[in-house]
Amino acid sequence: MKNAWLLPEYVEDILPPYALALEGLRRRLLDLFASYGYDLVQPPLIEYLDSLLTGVAQDLDLKTFKVLDSLSGKLLGVRADITPQAARIDAHLLNRQGVTRLCYAGSVLHTRPSALLNSREPFQVGAELFGHAGIEADRESLQLLTAALKAAGLTDARISLGHVGLFRTLAQAAGIGGELAAELFAALQHKDAPQIAALTANLDANLAAAFRRLPELYGGAEMLAAARRELPALPGVSAALDDLAALLPAADGIALTLDLADLRGYGYHNGVVYAAYVGGQAGAIAQGGRYDGAGAIFGRSRPATGFSLDLRQIVDSLPEPGRRPAILAPCAEDAGLQAAIAELRAAGERVVVELPGQAPHRAEAGCDRQLVQQAGAWRVVPL
Amino acid sequence: MTQITLALSKGRIFEETLPLLAAAGITPSESPESSRKLIIGTNRPDVRLIIVRASDVPTYVQHGAADLGIAGKDVLMEHGGDGLYQPVDLNIAKCRMMVATPVGFDYEGAVRRGARLRVATKYVQTARLHFAAKGVHVDLIKLYGSMELAPLVGLADVIVDLVSTGGTLKANNLVAVEEICQISSRLVVNQAALKLKHDEIQPIIDAFRQASAL
Repeated sequence: MKNAWLLPEYVEDILPPYALALEGLRRRLLDLFASYGYDLVQPPLIEYLDSLLTGVAQDLDLKTFKVLDSLSGKLLGVRADITPQAARIDAHLLNRQGVTRLCYAGSVLHTRPSALLNSREPFQVGAELFGHAGIEADRESLQLLTAALKAAGLTDARISLGHVGLFRTLAQAAGIGGELAAELFAALQHKDAPQIAALTANLDANLAAAFRRLPELYGGAEMLAAARRELPALPGVSAALDDLAALLPAADGIALTLDLADLRGYGYHNGVVYAAYVGGQAGAIAQGGRYDGAGAIFGRSRPATGFSLDLRQIVDSLPEPGRRPAILAPCAEDAGLQAAIAELRAAGERVVVELPGQAPHRAEAGCDRQLVQQAGAWRVVPL
Repeated sequence: MTQITLALSKGRIFEETLPLLAAAGITPSESPESSRKLIIGTNRPDVRLIIVRASDVPTYVQHGAADLGIAGKDVLMEHGGDGLYQPVDLNIAKCRMMVATPVGFDYEGAVRRGARLRVATKYVQTARLHFAAKGVHVDLIKLYGSMELAPLVGLADVIVDLVSTGGTLKANNLVAVEEICQISSRLVVNQAALKLKHDEIQPIIDAFRQASAL
Protein backbone atom coordinates (compact mmCIF):
# COMPACT_ATOMS: atom_id res chain seq x y z
CA MET A 1 0.00 0.00 0.00
CA LYS A 2 1.37 3.34 -1.01
CA ASN A 3 1.69 5.88 1.80
CA ALA A 4 0.78 3.22 4.37
CA TRP A 5 2.30 5.46 7.02
CA LEU A 6 -0.37 8.16 6.59
CA LEU A 7 -2.77 8.65 9.48
CA PRO A 8 -6.43 9.67 9.23
CA GLU A 9 -7.16 13.38 9.32
CA TYR A 10 -6.89 15.07 12.72
CA VAL A 11 -5.22 11.98 14.19
CA GLU A 12 -1.59 12.10 15.18
CA ASP A 13 1.22 10.26 16.89
CA ILE A 14 2.70 11.87 19.95
CA LEU A 15 6.44 11.73 19.37
CA PRO A 16 9.46 12.27 21.60
CA PRO A 17 9.95 14.43 23.52
CA TYR A 18 6.25 15.40 23.68
CA ALA A 19 4.99 11.93 24.63
CA LEU A 20 7.12 11.90 27.77
CA ALA A 21 6.05 15.47 28.58
CA LEU A 22 2.40 14.42 28.28
CA GLU A 23 2.99 11.34 30.42
CA GLY A 24 4.82 13.40 33.05
CA LEU A 25 1.93 15.84 33.11
CA ARG A 26 -0.60 13.02 33.41
CA ARG A 27 1.27 11.65 36.43
CA ARG A 28 1.62 15.08 38.10
CA LEU A 29 -2.09 15.81 37.67
CA LEU A 30 -3.23 12.41 38.95
CA ASP A 31 -0.90 12.80 41.96
CA LEU A 32 -2.38 16.25 42.55
CA PHE A 33 -5.94 14.91 42.33
CA ALA A 34 -5.02 12.01 44.67
CA SER A 35 -3.71 14.54 47.20
CA TYR A 36 -7.19 16.11 47.26
CA GLY A 37 -8.75 12.69 47.90
CA TYR A 38 -9.92 11.90 44.35
CA ASP A 39 -10.06 8.17 43.53
CA LEU A 40 -8.82 7.09 40.11
CA VAL A 41 -11.25 5.18 37.86
CA GLN A 42 -10.57 3.67 34.47
CA PRO A 43 -13.83 3.32 32.55
CA PRO A 44 -13.85 1.29 29.31
CA LEU A 45 -13.16 2.73 25.88
CA ILE A 46 -16.48 1.40 24.54
CA GLU A 47 -19.92 1.13 26.07
CA TYR A 48 -23.45 0.47 24.89
CA LEU A 49 -24.53 3.60 23.11
CA ASP A 50 -27.67 3.73 25.29
CA SER A 51 -25.70 4.25 28.46
CA LEU A 52 -23.06 6.48 26.85
CA LEU A 53 -25.53 8.95 25.40
CA THR A 54 -28.56 8.88 27.67
CA GLY A 55 -29.73 11.88 29.60
CA VAL A 56 -27.00 14.38 30.04
CA ALA A 57 -24.74 13.67 27.16
CA GLN A 58 -26.98 14.04 24.10
CA ASP A 59 -24.75 16.85 22.85
CA LEU A 60 -22.17 14.13 22.33
CA ASP A 61 -24.25 12.08 19.89
CA LEU A 62 -22.74 13.47 16.69
CA LYS A 63 -19.27 13.39 18.21
CA THR A 64 -19.42 9.69 19.08
CA PHE A 65 -18.04 6.93 16.85
CA LYS A 66 -20.45 4.01 16.72
CA VAL A 67 -19.79 0.34 16.05
CA LEU A 68 -22.08 -2.66 15.98
CA ASP A 69 -21.30 -5.20 18.72
CA SER A 70 -21.46 -8.65 17.11
CA LEU A 71 -21.68 -10.27 20.56
CA SER A 72 -24.90 -8.55 21.59
CA GLY A 73 -26.23 -7.10 18.36
CA LYS A 74 -26.37 -3.70 20.04
CA LEU A 75 -24.72 -0.47 19.08
CA LEU A 76 -21.58 0.45 20.93
CA GLY A 77 -20.15 3.93 21.21
CA VAL A 78 -16.50 4.85 21.59
CA ARG A 79 -16.45 7.34 24.44
CA ALA A 80 -16.26 10.98 23.37
CA ASP A 81 -16.15 12.20 26.97
CA ILE A 82 -15.27 10.37 30.19
CA THR A 83 -17.47 12.57 32.44
CA PRO A 84 -20.72 10.63 31.81
CA GLN A 85 -18.86 7.40 32.54
CA ALA A 86 -17.71 8.81 35.88
CA ALA A 87 -21.32 9.84 36.60
CA ARG A 88 -22.46 6.29 35.79
CA ILE A 89 -19.85 4.82 38.13
CA ASP A 90 -20.84 7.18 40.94
CA ALA A 91 -24.56 6.62 40.49
CA HIS A 92 -24.65 2.89 40.14
CA LEU A 93 -21.43 1.12 41.07
CA LEU A 94 -20.01 2.88 44.08
CA ASN A 95 -23.35 3.82 45.63
CA ARG A 96 -21.73 5.91 48.34
CA GLN A 97 -24.15 8.00 50.37
CA GLY A 98 -21.73 10.84 51.00
CA VAL A 99 -19.48 12.78 48.66
CA THR A 100 -17.64 10.79 45.99
CA ARG A 101 -14.53 12.23 44.36
CA LEU A 102 -13.41 10.55 41.14
CA CYS A 103 -10.61 11.32 38.70
CA TYR A 104 -9.64 9.77 35.39
CA ALA A 105 -7.15 10.03 32.53
CA GLY A 106 -7.50 8.56 29.08
CA SER A 107 -8.04 9.06 25.39
CA VAL A 108 -11.46 9.90 24.00
CA LEU A 109 -12.44 9.87 20.35
CA HIS A 110 -14.36 12.51 18.39
CA THR A 111 -15.89 11.98 14.95
CA ARG A 112 -15.04 15.59 14.14
CA PRO A 113 -12.49 17.86 15.80
CA SER A 114 -14.12 19.96 18.52
CA ALA A 115 -12.23 23.03 17.34
CA LEU A 116 -10.32 23.79 14.20
CA LEU A 117 -7.11 21.71 14.06
CA ASN A 118 -7.80 19.98 17.36
CA SER A 119 -6.98 16.31 17.49
CA ARG A 120 -9.90 13.93 17.12
CA GLU A 121 -8.34 11.96 19.93
CA PRO A 122 -8.03 14.32 22.89
CA PHE A 123 -6.31 13.03 26.00
CA GLN A 124 -8.79 13.85 28.72
CA VAL A 125 -7.79 14.22 32.36
CA GLY A 126 -10.42 15.30 34.83
CA ALA A 127 -11.76 15.34 38.37
CA GLU A 128 -15.43 15.13 39.32
CA LEU A 129 -17.11 15.66 42.69
CA PHE A 130 -20.49 14.01 43.27
CA GLY A 131 -22.95 14.38 46.12
CA HIS A 132 -22.73 18.00 47.22
CA ALA A 133 -25.02 20.67 45.80
CA GLY A 134 -23.46 23.63 47.64
CA ILE A 135 -21.04 26.18 46.25
CA GLU A 136 -18.27 24.62 48.41
CA ALA A 137 -18.01 21.77 45.89
CA ASP A 138 -17.68 24.19 42.97
CA ARG A 139 -15.06 26.11 44.92
CA GLU A 140 -13.06 22.92 45.48
CA SER A 141 -13.29 22.07 41.76
CA LEU A 142 -12.18 25.53 40.71
CA GLN A 143 -9.32 25.46 43.22
CA LEU A 144 -8.24 22.09 41.90
CA LEU A 145 -8.36 23.32 38.30
CA THR A 146 -6.22 26.30 39.34
CA ALA A 147 -3.73 23.97 41.01
CA ALA A 148 -3.75 21.76 37.89
CA LEU A 149 -3.03 24.70 35.58
CA LYS A 150 -0.14 25.72 37.84
CA ALA A 151 1.16 22.14 37.95
CA ALA A 152 1.11 22.15 34.15
CA GLY A 153 3.12 25.38 34.10
CA LEU A 154 0.26 27.40 32.61
CA THR A 155 0.45 30.31 35.04
CA ASP A 156 -0.48 32.76 32.27
CA ALA A 157 -3.80 30.99 31.66
CA ARG A 158 -7.05 32.87 32.10
CA ILE A 159 -10.20 31.32 33.54
CA SER A 160 -13.56 32.55 32.34
CA LEU A 161 -16.42 31.96 34.76
CA GLY A 162 -20.14 32.08 34.05
CA HIS A 163 -23.41 30.72 35.45
CA VAL A 164 -26.08 28.87 33.48
CA GLY A 165 -28.53 29.57 36.33
CA LEU A 166 -28.82 33.18 35.13
CA PHE A 167 -30.09 32.10 31.72
CA ARG A 168 -32.37 29.44 33.17
CA THR A 169 -33.94 31.84 35.67
CA LEU A 170 -34.51 34.55 33.07
CA ALA A 171 -35.89 32.04 30.53
CA GLN A 172 -38.27 30.62 33.11
CA ALA A 173 -39.45 34.08 34.15
CA ALA A 174 -40.02 34.93 30.49
CA GLY A 175 -41.93 31.68 30.05
CA ILE A 176 -39.84 30.51 27.11
CA GLY A 177 -38.66 27.01 26.48
CA GLY A 178 -38.10 24.53 23.69
CA GLU A 179 -36.67 25.76 20.45
CA LEU A 180 -36.75 29.47 21.27
CA ALA A 181 -34.83 28.93 24.52
CA ALA A 182 -32.25 26.81 22.70
CA GLU A 183 -31.83 29.45 19.98
CA LEU A 184 -31.47 32.21 22.55
CA PHE A 185 -28.92 30.12 24.45
CA ALA A 186 -26.88 29.70 21.26
CA ALA A 187 -27.15 33.42 20.44
CA LEU A 188 -25.86 34.30 23.91
CA GLN A 189 -23.01 31.82 23.53
CA HIS A 190 -21.97 33.64 20.35
CA LYS A 191 -22.59 37.07 21.93
CA ASP A 192 -24.68 37.58 18.81
CA ALA A 193 -26.31 40.87 19.81
CA PRO A 194 -28.52 41.29 16.71
CA GLN A 195 -29.88 37.76 17.06
CA ILE A 196 -30.50 38.19 20.82
CA ALA A 197 -32.42 41.39 20.08
CA ALA A 198 -34.49 39.64 17.41
CA LEU A 199 -35.31 36.63 19.59
CA THR A 200 -36.30 38.70 22.63
CA ALA A 201 -38.39 41.23 20.69
CA ASN A 202 -41.69 39.85 22.01
CA LEU A 203 -40.64 39.29 25.61
CA ASP A 204 -41.42 41.38 28.66
CA ALA A 205 -39.31 44.55 28.31
CA ASN A 206 -37.36 44.05 31.56
CA LEU A 207 -36.43 40.48 30.75
CA ALA A 208 -35.58 41.31 27.14
CA ALA A 209 -33.28 44.08 28.39
CA ALA A 210 -31.67 41.61 30.80
CA PHE A 211 -30.97 39.08 28.01
CA ARG A 212 -29.49 41.83 25.84
CA ARG A 213 -27.32 43.07 28.71
CA LEU A 214 -25.82 39.65 29.57
CA PRO A 215 -23.09 39.61 26.87
CA GLU A 216 -21.81 42.98 28.05
CA LEU A 217 -21.51 41.91 31.68
CA TYR A 218 -17.87 40.99 31.67
CA GLY A 219 -15.15 41.67 34.21
CA GLY A 220 -14.34 41.21 37.90
CA ALA A 221 -16.04 41.94 41.22
CA GLU A 222 -17.01 45.47 40.11
CA MET A 223 -19.07 44.01 37.26
CA LEU A 224 -21.06 41.90 39.75
CA ALA A 225 -22.23 45.10 41.46
CA ALA A 226 -23.45 46.40 38.10
CA ALA A 227 -25.17 43.08 37.39
CA ARG A 228 -27.02 43.26 40.71
CA ARG A 229 -28.27 46.75 39.84
CA GLU A 230 -29.23 46.03 36.25
CA LEU A 231 -30.59 42.49 36.18
CA PRO A 232 -34.13 41.76 37.46
CA ALA A 233 -34.23 41.05 41.20
CA LEU A 234 -35.28 37.40 40.86
CA PRO A 235 -34.21 34.88 43.53
CA GLY A 236 -32.43 32.72 40.92
CA VAL A 237 -30.50 35.71 39.61
CA SER A 238 -29.23 36.85 42.99
CA ALA A 239 -28.38 33.26 43.97
CA ALA A 240 -26.30 32.88 40.79
CA LEU A 241 -24.53 36.19 41.41
CA ASP A 242 -23.85 35.14 45.02
CA ASP A 243 -22.31 31.90 43.70
CA LEU A 244 -20.03 33.81 41.36
CA ALA A 245 -18.99 36.26 44.09
CA ALA A 246 -18.12 33.32 46.33
CA LEU A 247 -15.96 31.75 43.61
CA LEU A 248 -13.96 34.86 42.73
CA PRO A 249 -11.15 34.14 45.24
CA ALA A 250 -10.94 30.43 44.31
CA ALA A 251 -8.60 30.87 41.33
CA ASP A 252 -5.68 32.00 43.44
CA GLY A 253 -2.76 32.93 41.21
CA ILE A 254 -4.56 32.46 37.88
CA ALA A 255 -6.33 35.39 36.21
CA LEU A 256 -10.10 35.00 36.35
CA THR A 257 -12.82 36.99 34.62
CA LEU A 258 -16.55 36.72 34.90
CA ASP A 259 -18.52 36.50 31.69
CA LEU A 260 -22.24 36.30 32.35
CA ALA A 261 -22.98 35.23 28.77
CA ASP A 262 -20.40 32.42 28.89
CA LEU A 263 -22.79 29.51 28.60
CA ARG A 264 -22.10 25.91 27.70
CA GLY A 265 -23.92 22.61 27.67
CA TYR A 266 -27.58 23.56 27.18
CA GLY A 267 -29.67 20.89 28.90
CA TYR A 268 -26.57 19.60 30.67
CA HIS A 269 -24.97 22.25 32.86
CA ASN A 270 -27.17 23.88 35.48
CA GLY A 271 -24.87 25.99 37.65
CA VAL A 272 -21.48 27.62 37.36
CA VAL A 273 -19.52 26.91 34.20
CA TYR A 274 -15.92 27.79 33.52
CA ALA A 275 -13.24 27.37 30.91
CA ALA A 276 -9.51 28.08 30.79
CA TYR A 277 -7.73 29.72 27.87
CA VAL A 278 -4.05 30.15 27.03
CA GLY A 279 -2.34 32.16 24.31
CA GLY A 280 -1.77 30.23 21.08
CA GLN A 281 -4.77 27.91 21.50
CA ALA A 282 -7.95 28.95 19.70
CA GLY A 283 -10.26 26.95 21.97
CA ALA A 284 -10.51 26.35 25.71
CA ILE A 285 -7.91 23.94 27.12
CA ALA A 286 -10.02 23.07 30.15
CA GLN A 287 -13.76 23.13 30.77
CA GLY A 288 -15.82 22.50 33.83
CA GLY A 289 -18.96 23.28 35.75
CA ARG A 290 -21.95 21.91 37.58
CA TYR A 291 -24.17 19.26 36.00
CA ASP A 292 -26.56 18.02 38.69
CA GLY A 293 -28.74 15.04 37.96
CA ALA A 294 -26.31 13.40 35.56
CA GLY A 295 -26.69 10.04 37.29
CA ALA A 296 -30.51 10.03 37.21
CA ILE A 297 -30.67 7.78 34.17
CA PHE A 298 -28.49 5.23 35.96
CA GLY A 299 -30.87 5.09 38.92
CA ARG A 300 -29.59 7.82 41.22
CA SER A 301 -29.73 11.54 40.69
CA ARG A 302 -26.77 13.20 42.38
CA PRO A 303 -25.41 16.73 42.47
CA ALA A 304 -22.22 16.83 40.38
CA THR A 305 -19.49 19.29 39.53
CA GLY A 306 -16.04 18.96 38.02
CA PHE A 307 -13.73 19.73 35.13
CA SER A 308 -11.48 18.13 32.56
CA LEU A 309 -8.43 19.19 30.57
CA ASP A 310 -7.07 18.13 27.19
CA LEU A 311 -3.43 17.21 27.73
CA ARG A 312 -2.65 17.22 24.00
CA GLN A 313 -3.60 20.88 23.72
CA ILE A 314 -1.74 21.71 26.93
CA VAL A 315 1.48 20.01 25.83
CA ASP A 316 1.10 21.83 22.52
CA SER A 317 0.94 25.21 24.25
CA LEU A 318 3.93 24.62 26.52
CA PRO A 319 7.51 25.39 25.40
CA GLU A 320 9.13 22.48 23.58
CA PRO A 321 10.22 20.00 26.24
CA GLY A 322 13.91 19.19 26.31
CA ARG A 323 15.17 15.63 26.00
CA ARG A 324 16.98 14.77 29.22
CA PRO A 325 20.65 14.22 28.32
CA ALA A 326 21.85 10.67 28.83
CA ILE A 327 25.15 8.98 29.65
CA LEU A 328 26.69 6.75 27.00
CA ALA A 329 28.07 3.46 28.31
CA PRO A 330 30.15 0.91 26.39
CA CYS A 331 28.73 -2.53 25.75
CA ALA A 332 30.85 -4.95 27.78
CA GLU A 333 30.49 -7.79 30.29
CA ASP A 334 32.70 -6.00 32.81
CA ALA A 335 31.23 -6.41 36.34
CA GLY A 336 32.54 -3.03 37.44
CA LEU A 337 30.87 -1.38 34.43
CA GLN A 338 27.54 -3.12 35.12
CA ALA A 339 27.68 -1.99 38.76
CA ALA A 340 28.48 1.58 37.71
CA ILE A 341 25.56 1.60 35.24
CA ALA A 342 23.15 0.20 37.84
CA GLU A 343 24.25 2.81 40.34
CA LEU A 344 23.76 5.69 37.89
CA ARG A 345 20.31 4.41 36.86
CA ALA A 346 19.29 4.02 40.50
CA ALA A 347 20.32 7.64 41.03
CA GLY A 348 17.88 8.69 38.29
CA GLU A 349 20.27 9.02 35.34
CA ARG A 350 19.49 7.87 31.81
CA VAL A 351 22.22 5.45 30.78
CA VAL A 352 22.29 4.29 27.17
CA VAL A 353 24.42 1.29 26.27
CA GLU A 354 26.09 1.75 22.90
CA LEU A 355 25.50 -1.50 21.03
CA PRO A 356 28.20 -2.74 18.65
CA GLY A 357 28.44 -0.79 15.40
CA GLN A 358 26.35 2.15 16.63
CA ALA A 359 29.22 4.59 17.12
CA PRO A 360 28.52 6.49 13.84
CA HIS A 361 24.94 7.20 15.02
CA ARG A 362 26.03 8.28 18.49
CA ALA A 363 24.46 11.73 18.18
CA GLU A 364 20.96 10.20 17.85
CA ALA A 365 21.20 8.71 21.36
CA GLY A 366 21.08 12.17 22.94
CA CYS A 367 24.06 11.70 25.28
CA ASP A 368 26.17 14.51 26.67
CA ARG A 369 28.45 12.39 28.91
CA GLN A 370 30.04 8.96 28.76
CA LEU A 371 31.27 6.26 31.10
CA VAL A 372 34.96 5.56 30.68
CA GLN A 373 37.43 3.45 32.60
CA GLN A 374 40.16 5.58 34.17
CA ALA A 375 42.83 4.03 36.37
CA GLY A 376 40.66 0.94 36.95
CA ALA A 377 37.47 2.85 37.96
CA TRP A 378 34.44 3.75 35.83
CA ARG A 379 33.91 7.50 35.69
CA VAL A 380 31.47 9.82 33.98
CA VAL A 381 33.25 12.33 31.76
CA PRO A 382 31.87 14.84 29.23
CA LEU A 383 31.31 13.33 25.78
CA MET B 1 2.74 45.28 23.29
CA THR B 2 -0.21 43.09 22.47
CA GLN B 3 -0.65 42.70 18.72
CA ILE B 4 -4.22 42.89 17.43
CA THR B 5 -4.97 41.46 13.98
CA LEU B 6 -8.14 42.25 12.07
CA ALA B 7 -9.14 40.20 9.02
CA LEU B 8 -11.24 41.68 6.25
CA SER B 9 -11.82 41.37 2.55
CA LYS B 10 -11.11 43.79 -0.28
CA GLY B 11 -13.72 45.78 -2.11
CA ARG B 12 -17.07 46.83 -0.70
CA ILE B 13 -16.50 45.53 2.83
CA PHE B 14 -13.11 47.25 3.08
CA GLU B 15 -14.48 50.56 1.77
CA GLU B 16 -17.45 50.53 4.12
CA THR B 17 -15.28 49.51 7.09
CA LEU B 18 -12.97 52.52 6.77
CA PRO B 19 -15.30 54.90 8.69
CA LEU B 20 -15.70 52.30 11.46
CA LEU B 21 -11.93 51.88 11.70
CA ALA B 22 -11.60 55.66 11.87
CA ALA B 23 -14.06 55.70 14.77
CA ALA B 24 -11.77 53.26 16.58
CA GLY B 25 -8.80 55.51 15.82
CA ILE B 26 -7.36 53.16 13.20
CA THR B 27 -6.19 54.34 9.78
CA PRO B 28 -4.74 51.80 7.33
CA SER B 29 -1.31 52.82 6.07
CA GLU B 30 -2.23 51.86 2.50
CA SER B 31 -5.16 50.66 0.45
CA PRO B 32 -5.43 46.97 -0.49
CA GLU B 33 -6.75 48.03 -3.90
CA SER B 34 -3.45 49.69 -4.82
CA SER B 35 -1.11 47.52 -2.75
CA ARG B 36 -0.40 43.85 -3.28
CA LYS B 37 0.52 43.38 0.37
CA LEU B 38 -1.68 41.00 2.32
CA ILE B 39 -0.66 42.38 5.70
CA ILE B 40 -1.34 46.08 6.02
CA GLY B 41 -0.07 48.20 8.87
CA THR B 42 -2.05 51.00 10.48
CA ASN B 43 -1.31 54.24 12.30
CA ARG B 44 -1.44 52.16 15.50
CA PRO B 45 1.67 49.98 15.86
CA ASP B 46 -0.35 47.38 17.80
CA VAL B 47 -3.04 46.98 15.12
CA ARG B 48 -2.59 45.37 11.71
CA LEU B 49 -5.03 44.32 9.01
CA ILE B 50 -4.88 41.15 6.96
CA ILE B 51 -6.62 40.98 3.61
CA VAL B 52 -8.30 37.62 2.95
CA ARG B 53 -11.11 36.29 0.79
CA ALA B 54 -14.50 37.10 2.32
CA SER B 55 -15.43 33.45 2.83
CA ASP B 56 -12.12 32.81 4.61
CA VAL B 57 -12.60 35.46 7.30
CA PRO B 58 -14.40 33.14 9.79
CA THR B 59 -11.67 30.52 9.36
CA TYR B 60 -8.87 32.97 10.14
CA VAL B 61 -10.70 34.30 13.19
CA GLN B 62 -11.85 30.92 14.47
CA HIS B 63 -8.30 29.64 14.31
CA GLY B 64 -6.94 32.70 16.08
CA ALA B 65 -4.83 33.76 13.08
CA ALA B 66 -6.81 36.99 13.38
CA ASP B 67 -8.34 38.29 16.61
CA LEU B 68 -11.16 40.15 14.89
CA GLY B 69 -12.72 39.99 11.48
CA ILE B 70 -15.46 41.46 9.36
CA ALA B 71 -17.64 38.95 7.58
CA GLY B 72 -21.00 39.02 5.87
CA LYS B 73 -23.89 37.21 7.53
CA ASP B 74 -24.05 35.08 4.36
CA VAL B 75 -20.52 33.82 4.97
CA LEU B 76 -21.21 33.23 8.67
CA MET B 77 -24.35 31.23 7.95
CA GLU B 78 -22.37 28.97 5.62
CA HIS B 79 -19.54 28.64 8.13
CA GLY B 80 -21.86 27.97 11.05
CA GLY B 81 -20.20 30.49 13.36
CA ASP B 82 -18.85 27.84 15.75
CA GLY B 83 -16.21 29.17 18.09
CA LEU B 84 -16.82 32.79 17.13
CA TYR B 85 -18.35 35.72 18.93
CA GLN B 86 -20.51 37.94 16.70
CA PRO B 87 -21.15 40.92 18.94
CA VAL B 88 -21.96 43.69 16.44
CA ASP B 89 -24.11 44.07 13.34
CA LEU B 90 -22.09 46.66 11.45
CA ASN B 91 -24.98 47.53 9.12
CA ILE B 92 -22.63 47.69 6.14
CA ALA B 93 -22.54 45.82 2.83
CA LYS B 94 -26.28 45.25 3.11
CA CYS B 95 -28.19 43.04 0.70
CA ARG B 96 -30.67 40.16 0.78
CA MET B 97 -30.36 36.39 0.40
CA MET B 98 -33.06 35.47 -2.13
CA VAL B 99 -34.51 32.58 -4.07
CA ALA B 100 -34.72 33.56 -7.76
CA THR B 101 -36.32 31.78 -10.69
CA PRO B 102 -36.69 32.39 -14.43
CA VAL B 103 -39.52 34.80 -15.20
CA GLY B 104 -42.72 32.80 -15.53
CA PHE B 105 -41.55 29.82 -13.46
CA ASP B 106 -44.33 28.59 -11.12
CA TYR B 107 -42.30 28.60 -7.89
CA GLU B 108 -45.29 28.40 -5.53
CA GLY B 109 -46.72 25.53 -7.52
CA ALA B 110 -43.43 23.64 -7.74
CA VAL B 111 -42.98 23.93 -4.00
CA ARG B 112 -46.56 22.89 -3.23
CA ARG B 113 -46.46 19.82 -5.46
CA GLY B 114 -43.66 18.39 -3.33
CA ALA B 115 -41.51 17.76 -6.37
CA ARG B 116 -37.74 17.85 -6.00
CA LEU B 117 -36.37 21.25 -6.80
CA ARG B 118 -32.93 21.62 -8.33
CA VAL B 119 -31.19 24.52 -6.60
CA ALA B 120 -27.93 26.05 -7.79
CA THR B 121 -26.09 28.14 -5.22
CA LYS B 122 -22.84 29.16 -3.65
CA TYR B 123 -24.61 29.04 -0.27
CA VAL B 124 -25.29 25.31 0.08
CA GLN B 125 -25.78 25.26 3.84
CA THR B 126 -28.13 28.25 3.84
CA ALA B 127 -30.17 26.81 0.98
CA ARG B 128 -30.37 23.39 2.65
CA LEU B 129 -31.66 24.87 5.91
CA HIS B 130 -34.12 27.18 4.16
CA PHE B 131 -35.75 24.48 2.06
CA ALA B 132 -35.69 21.95 4.93
CA ALA B 133 -37.60 24.47 7.06
CA LYS B 134 -40.18 24.77 4.26
CA GLY B 135 -40.37 21.00 3.91
CA VAL B 136 -39.25 21.04 0.28
CA HIS B 137 -37.04 18.34 -1.22
CA VAL B 138 -34.08 19.83 -3.02
CA ASP B 139 -31.07 18.69 -5.01
CA LEU B 140 -28.30 21.16 -4.32
CA ILE B 141 -25.76 22.09 -6.96
CA LYS B 142 -22.73 23.94 -5.59
CA LEU B 143 -21.47 26.65 -7.93
CA TYR B 144 -18.72 29.19 -7.37
CA GLY B 145 -20.10 32.05 -9.45
CA SER B 146 -22.48 33.18 -12.23
CA MET B 147 -25.39 31.40 -10.54
CA GLU B 148 -27.81 33.30 -12.79
CA LEU B 149 -26.75 31.15 -15.68
CA ALA B 150 -27.84 27.84 -14.14
CA PRO B 151 -31.64 28.10 -14.66
CA LEU B 152 -31.17 29.58 -18.13
CA VAL B 153 -29.29 26.54 -19.43
CA GLY B 154 -31.33 23.94 -17.58
CA LEU B 155 -28.79 23.14 -14.88
CA ALA B 156 -31.19 24.11 -12.09
CA ASP B 157 -34.78 25.21 -11.51
CA VAL B 158 -33.99 28.01 -9.09
CA ILE B 159 -30.98 29.74 -7.58
CA VAL B 160 -30.22 31.01 -4.09
CA ASP B 161 -28.02 34.08 -4.19
CA LEU B 162 -27.33 37.50 -2.76
CA VAL B 163 -29.34 40.30 -4.33
CA SER B 164 -28.52 43.93 -3.77
CA THR B 165 -29.99 45.92 -6.69
CA GLY B 166 -31.48 43.06 -8.67
CA GLY B 167 -29.77 44.32 -11.83
CA THR B 168 -28.05 41.04 -12.67
CA LEU B 169 -31.28 39.09 -12.19
CA LYS B 170 -33.17 41.45 -14.47
CA ALA B 171 -30.50 41.35 -17.15
CA ASN B 172 -30.77 37.55 -17.21
CA ASN B 173 -34.54 37.42 -17.21
CA LEU B 174 -34.77 36.10 -13.64
CA VAL B 175 -36.98 37.29 -10.82
CA ALA B 176 -36.54 37.10 -7.04
CA VAL B 177 -39.47 35.15 -5.60
CA GLU B 178 -38.62 34.69 -1.94
CA GLU B 179 -36.45 36.40 0.64
CA ILE B 180 -34.48 34.06 2.88
CA CYS B 181 -32.98 36.73 5.11
CA GLN B 182 -31.45 40.19 5.28
CA ILE B 183 -27.68 40.24 5.04
CA SER B 184 -25.22 42.70 6.49
CA SER B 185 -21.66 42.45 7.74
CA ARG B 186 -20.81 41.44 11.29
CA LEU B 187 -17.84 41.99 13.51
CA VAL B 188 -16.58 38.56 14.56
CA VAL B 189 -14.18 37.95 17.43
CA ASN B 190 -12.04 34.97 18.35
CA GLN B 191 -13.30 33.59 21.68
CA ALA B 192 -9.90 33.04 23.28
CA ALA B 193 -8.69 36.45 22.06
CA LEU B 194 -11.62 38.22 23.71
CA LYS B 195 -10.69 36.52 27.00
CA LEU B 196 -6.94 36.95 26.75
CA LYS B 197 -6.72 40.39 25.11
CA HIS B 198 -9.89 41.88 26.51
CA ASP B 199 -8.44 45.29 27.43
CA GLU B 200 -7.22 45.84 23.88
CA ILE B 201 -10.15 44.35 21.96
CA GLN B 202 -13.15 45.63 23.92
CA PRO B 203 -12.52 49.35 23.04
CA ILE B 204 -12.45 48.40 19.34
CA ILE B 205 -15.74 46.49 19.69
CA ASP B 206 -17.31 49.44 21.54
CA ALA B 207 -16.14 51.93 18.90
CA PHE B 208 -17.51 49.75 16.08
CA ARG B 209 -20.80 49.34 17.91
CA GLN B 210 -21.25 53.08 18.40
CA ALA B 211 -20.20 53.96 14.88
CA SER B 212 -22.48 51.37 13.29
CA ALA B 213 -25.62 52.08 15.35
CA LEU B 214 -28.38 53.31 13.10
